[in-house]
Amino acid sequence: MKCQRCPKQATLHITEVLPEERFEEVHLCEDCAKKYLYEPQQKKHGKLAAADEDAPAGARCPACGITFLEFRNHGRFGCPHDYDAFRADLLPLLEGVHGETRHAGKAPRRGPRAKPAQSELTHLRQQLHTLVTEEKYEEAARVRDRIRQLEEG
Amino acid sequence: MNLDSLLPNLGEWLRGTGPESDAVVSTRIRLARNLADYPFTGRGSNAQKAETVARAKEAVAKADLPYRLDYHDVPGLPALDRQFLVERQLISRELAAVVEGPRGVAFDAQESVSVMVNEEDHLRLQVLRSGFALEEAWADIDRLDDALEARLPYAFHPQFGYLTACPTNVGTGLRASVMLHLPALGLTKQIDKVFRALQKINLAVRGLHGEGSRAFGDLYQISNQVTLGKSEAKILGEIREVILTILQYERQARTVLLKERRQAEQDRVARALGTLGSATMITAEETMELLSVVRLGIHLRLIDDVPATAVNQLFIQTQAAHLQKLVGHPLDGEERNAARAKYLKTRLRELGSSRQ
Repeated sequence: MKCQRCPKQATLHITEVLPEERFEEVHLCEDCAKKYLYEPQQKKHGKLAAADEDAPAGARCPACGITFLEFRNHGRFGCPHDYDAFRADLLPLLEGVHGETRHAGKAPRRGPRAKPAQSELTHLRQQLHTLVTEEKYEEAARVRDRIRQLEEG
Repeated sequence: MNLDSLLPNLGEWLRGTGPESDAVVSTRIRLARNLADYPFTGRGSNAQKAETVARAKEAVAKADLPYRLDYHDVPGLPALDRQFLVERQLISRELAAVVEGPRGVAFDAQESVSVMVNEEDHLRLQVLRSGFALEEAWADIDRLDDALEARLPYAFHPQFGYLTACPTNVGTGLRASVMLHLPALGLTKQIDKVFRALQKINLAVRGLHGEGSRAFGDLYQISNQVTLGKSEAKILGEIREVILTILQYERQARTVLLKERRQAEQDRVARALGTLGSATMITAEETMELLSVVRLGIHLRLIDDVPATAVNQLFIQTQAAHLQKLVGHPLDGEERNAARAKYLKTRLRELGSSRQ
């Protein structure tokens, strides 16, 4: 399979979890995937056609604000979202440390129903953060309401 | 609970019983867990850390478990009490003195189960067992993990498993450490060879107090490095195989010692007991080295009048914080060495008179 942004072979297959339990599959080569993962959340949805040329060099996790460089210097991540935010850089590192990149063991025993809600919550919190920093307060309020709804439900 | 009430007890890891306890002191399993909705401890504000503490305390208090876990706030503890808990293997040196802000530990009366809150990860679950007891320790910690997970949303990723602050712990978040007493391999200079072989198969060797600590008294902790891509059962099975092999080597070396230099060993044990019972100044390191010789003497049946539990008792009570609690006031280095020698002399005399 070809990368969706350049002629290279796609090596990373990402499933984006969208609101309302929709999913979007993205197939990219490693270089494009790195850029893709550093892009702000909204740009990913919908138009994948044009690669963002001026992606910031020191990309940050949208949730905790840490950069991959900071992680490399301290050896500690800032928050659970970093595993997705720095996924492309992380994979070779995990391969080196563990010889594997996929968990094979115990998983939380909560009912499977809890899981989509959890990943949607994670996603919505990221989105909320981005919307607030971009001062899109009206949309942010809607996302916040949805988070509350999920937390209570 | 006043921590001083723990002082006369040995704690689970020094009980001196359990399978293979002639060479395996204790088995420890820890699980690293984090809450999904907070930054990791290292990046959390004090307000966020206070929240994770509150949530962990509540979950620990309400957890459906056959024992009670009592929570202790670490910032509120004097330095001596923190060191005391480190010596009893209930908290890490990091939780005692390196990380800052709201944090604590909950543990049971038997000192077998503990939960550190806001160490490098939000939760570090730990189960300690005397002797070689990987399966039992796993059953205990698995149940503890389930009980806490029922009340706390863990950070779990479908691909990467349990997410941790450091990617070296991601996946199962499991570290199993088996504390071995390997004096005969040390004496016959085979120990380095064994450890080189271990490193090749991704097992770590550490001293008494974990990462970066020196090995004293022929005590070594063997633990797994890999946490991702293998199931808990597989990780435990692999470490189990390796420990059994090391035990075989240690026992062979002990047999050879007995056969080839029984007299010399007998002399070494007698001299170790002599020094412990007559010194007027003695460091913790020398005490551990000599107790190691006595312990080997007990298991080789070169002496039969000192019980193994007495060695463990002397071992824990002569560590710095324990000693100061026994004496009842702080001591500087020189004073500690004198107090340690005095304590050893008194205790060994008691043991001696009880065996007449």
